[in-house]
Amino acid sequence: MEFKNEVISLLAEICQDDIVKENPDIDLFDAGLLDSFGTVELLVQAEERFGITVPITEFDRETWNTPNQIAIQLADLK
Amino acid sequence: MTPYGSFTFFIILAVLLTPTAVMGLMGKRFHTYNMVITVVALGLIFASSLKQAAALSLFTVWQLVIIQSYISYRKKSNSNGVFYGAVILSILPLVLSKLLPYFSEVNFIGFLGISYLTFKGTQLVMETRDGLIKKNPPLSRLLYFILFFPTISSGPIDRYRRFEKDMDLEIQGEQYKLLLYEGINKIFRGFLYKYIIGYSINHYFIANLRFIAHSHLENHLYYMYAYSLYLFFDFAGYSAFAVGVSYIMGIKSPENFNKPFLSRNIKDFWNRWHMSLSFWFRDYVYMRFVFWMTKKKWTKNRNLLSNLGYILLFLLMGVWHGLEMQYIIYGIYHAVLMVAYNSFEQLNKKHKWWPQNKWTNVISIVITFHFICFGFYIFSGQLFHKGA
Repeated sequence: MEFKNEVISLLAEICQDDIVKENPDIDLFDAGLLDSFGTVELLVQAEERFGITVPITEFDRETWNTPNQIAIQLADLK
Repeated sequence: MTPYGSFTFFIILAVLLTPTAVMGLMGKRFHTYNMVITVVALGLIFASSLKQAAALSLFTVWQLVIIQSYISYRKKSNSNGVFYGAVILSILPLVLSKLLPYFSEVNFIGFLGISYLTFKGTQLVMETRDGLIKKNPPLSRLLYFILFFPTISSGPIDRYRRFEKDMDLEIQGEQYKLLLYEGINKIFRGFLYKYIIGYSINHYFIANLRFIAHSHLENHLYYMYAYSLYLFFDFAGYSAFAVGVSYIMGIKSPENFNKPFLSRNIKDFWNRWHMSLSFWFRDYVYMRFVFWMTKKKWTKNRNLLSNLGYILLFLLMGVWHGLEMQYIIYGIYHAVLMVAYNSFEQLNKKHKWWPQNKWTNVISIVITFHFICFGFYIFSGQLFHKGA
């Protein structure tokens, strides 16, 4: 649970929007909150903060689309 | 024979695909048969030019050797130099085929589809580097992926791991029925787009422009919009054929278009136009470049980094279309638009000049449409030809 919250606050920093915390099921790409650049920042931070390496091509926008989903995917790779 | 270029081609296709459809409806595995018809279809497509057939064979062997050796190497070590070397070797035939015409009369390297097939080879090397492809794939499967005939001439560009999933999927008869319907539906949309709408725009409007337009400016203006529409219907029509035939063969090739003329901005446009190409550049060029620069900490300036990424991406995309002036300028044009839009988007986040509602969306679509059409006008080469 704590890990999930850390991921969500990281996303709030990257997207520069607290809606990520209020609605963790929002589709980040549809809402225009996350783009390719934000995705790279997320991957870099995931490596630096959590020590989780996600290959760029592993990140597909169908499964990594919401804060909750991203937290689940990252937890899987932990 | 040009793929999807003649009535004969479609008749042959129907004959070749009938057993596929029957097996599919019975819920039987049909990929081995589909591999056989891929060989037949490639034979028909390249029969008219032995030179091209030879170039294709050589290219395929070249890619196979690079991919298989790199996968074997990567199991043991992972040096940067070897990775860069493998990438360079995999794009070398494409580079040579683009440069050669400037030095020699005969181009013995190029063949129909080389630009598209190169993406598949390079992609395999990159995903192996990322540790996503760990085992050497069976040779037949690798060959089938690279040479999959429905998409051989102009894409859509598939991804190996996606393709493999489709190959391993057990399709029940009932599920296949839906795939078959969807495939046939797409093929007929292809007819509508390419041979009815696209053909009409070209044949009745563009070909008669000198009688329709009253001035030089009018001529160019009409051409710009008509050519943009023609390009879309022609290419989206072709893509619908390619995706439709893939579906019938149990492979869900990715889509290439998603209503590109309804884009709200230029970034949105590149998520809707020639998607399999732009996503390739996004994933394998832009994101990798930004990732690498961020890790090296060469700059803290996020906008600069993102803009450099866009410039690199669109210059490469321009050159990939060809080394002619119009393609290079087309690339520069889109790089400039992306950088300008990116800066606007950043400023707008702060100042909220441009709110999001129904009206601003409509205005955004109209503005974006004109910018897109001007891009295609550059792409068409009309600007650089005298006396159009």
